Amino acid sequence: MPDLAWMAWTWQTGLFFAGIACLLLIMTLLAIYRPETEHVGVLRIPTTRGDRLFISLLGAAFIHLAWLGLVGPGLWWASGLSLLYAAAVFRYV
Amino acid sequence: MTKTVNNRAWFFVLPVFALVAFSAVLPLMTVVNYSVQDTFGNNQFFWNGIGWFQELLDPSTELGGRFFDALWRTLLFSAIILMIEVPLGIAVALAMPREGWTVALCLVLMALPLLIPWNVVGTIWQVFARGDIGLLGWTVNQLGIDYNYTNDPIDAWVTIIVMDVWHWTSLVALLCYAGLKSIPDAYYQAARIDGASRWAIFRTIQLPKMRRVLLIAVLLRFMDSFMIYTEPFVITGGGPGNATTFLSIDLVKLALGQFDLGKAAAMSLVYNLIILAICWVFYTVMTNVDAERERVEA
Repeated sequence: MPDLAWMAWTWQTGLFFAGIACLLLIMTLLAIYRPETEHVGVLRIPTTRGDRLFISLLGAAFIHLAWLGLVGPGLWWASGLSLLYAAAVFRYV
Repeated sequence: MTKTVNNRAWFFVLPVFALVAFSAVLPLMTVVNYSVQDTFGNNQFFWNGIGWFQELLDPSTELGGRFFDALWRTLLFSAIILMIEVPLGIAVALAMPREGWTVALCLVLMALPLLIPWNVVGTIWQVFARGDIGLLGWTVNQLGIDYNYTNDPIDAWVTIIVMDVWHWTSLVALLCYAGLKSIPDAYYQAARIDGASRWAIFRTIQLPKMRRVLLIAVLLRFMDSFMIYTEPFVITGGGPGNATTFLSIDLVKLALGQFDLGKAAAMSLVYNLIILAICWVFYTVMTNVDAERERVEA
């Protein structure tokens, strides 16, 4: 087992990356068992599930940053907003 | 017809995955880890939660102030670079010869600046623009214009912008030239028969045919100018004062000068996210412009 102490892991960041890894795993499994075709939404560009996940994650990062900069701490609200945003992206984009 | 699915191909991709994991994913994960902690050296870290991000996004703090200043400076620099280099590159490409021995000469001359390493370009211009021994600086001063890039912010900006234009306009020009060369002669003949003006030919034939290479040129020039580091570091070192301290220079000062790993990690993550968002927009536009054209042509 390589020594990963230099990476300065904390359980919070571990949980964060585990979440991302789980999302990628779910997307892979979905791609294998429920193949899909691209669809065109409000952005008028063809997107796959992976594209929509990427847009959701990138948007979520900016929502958290904007909340932190404009409103203040209390990031649970930003997380809730991000979930709503992700749902909207998966539904309409 | 059944499609053959051969999963063995994945094994050929594995080395790339391993390489990217070691060169990009693991370092990025470390940066995320650092961004929520503070260190006083000796590889000991203390939990700081979202503290650095909070400070970074608040312009009234020291960290936030310098971050936003550097961000606006970098965006302004990229905007100026794009506004100068793209039209100039197109103009140069249009003026370049289409046939004969001068083509090769032009291409070699245009490619020369692209072959020079960044730090050498910086050093060349640092000496070239000096008021006492530099040809450019000395000449400008002799013309009666007070020019000194080491203590005047405007002069420093002008020097860096002119240097970047000298270094990279030929990339835009060469890309546009490639786009122009792909236009069949028949298009020009048809335009001549219709009595089209020079401007009409440019607007309706040349510009649309150059659209794809232009998008690539804009993307490349934006990314390069947004992450510019070496040349301003060599020429001005981020000065005078902080006048040419772009994001990348500020980041290095923070991480390697002050060894504030937590702050630097938070700053680089936000920097990274901005680049990711802009590149995604560019990439999406680029791929969809193509798809749109294929649909129209089909």
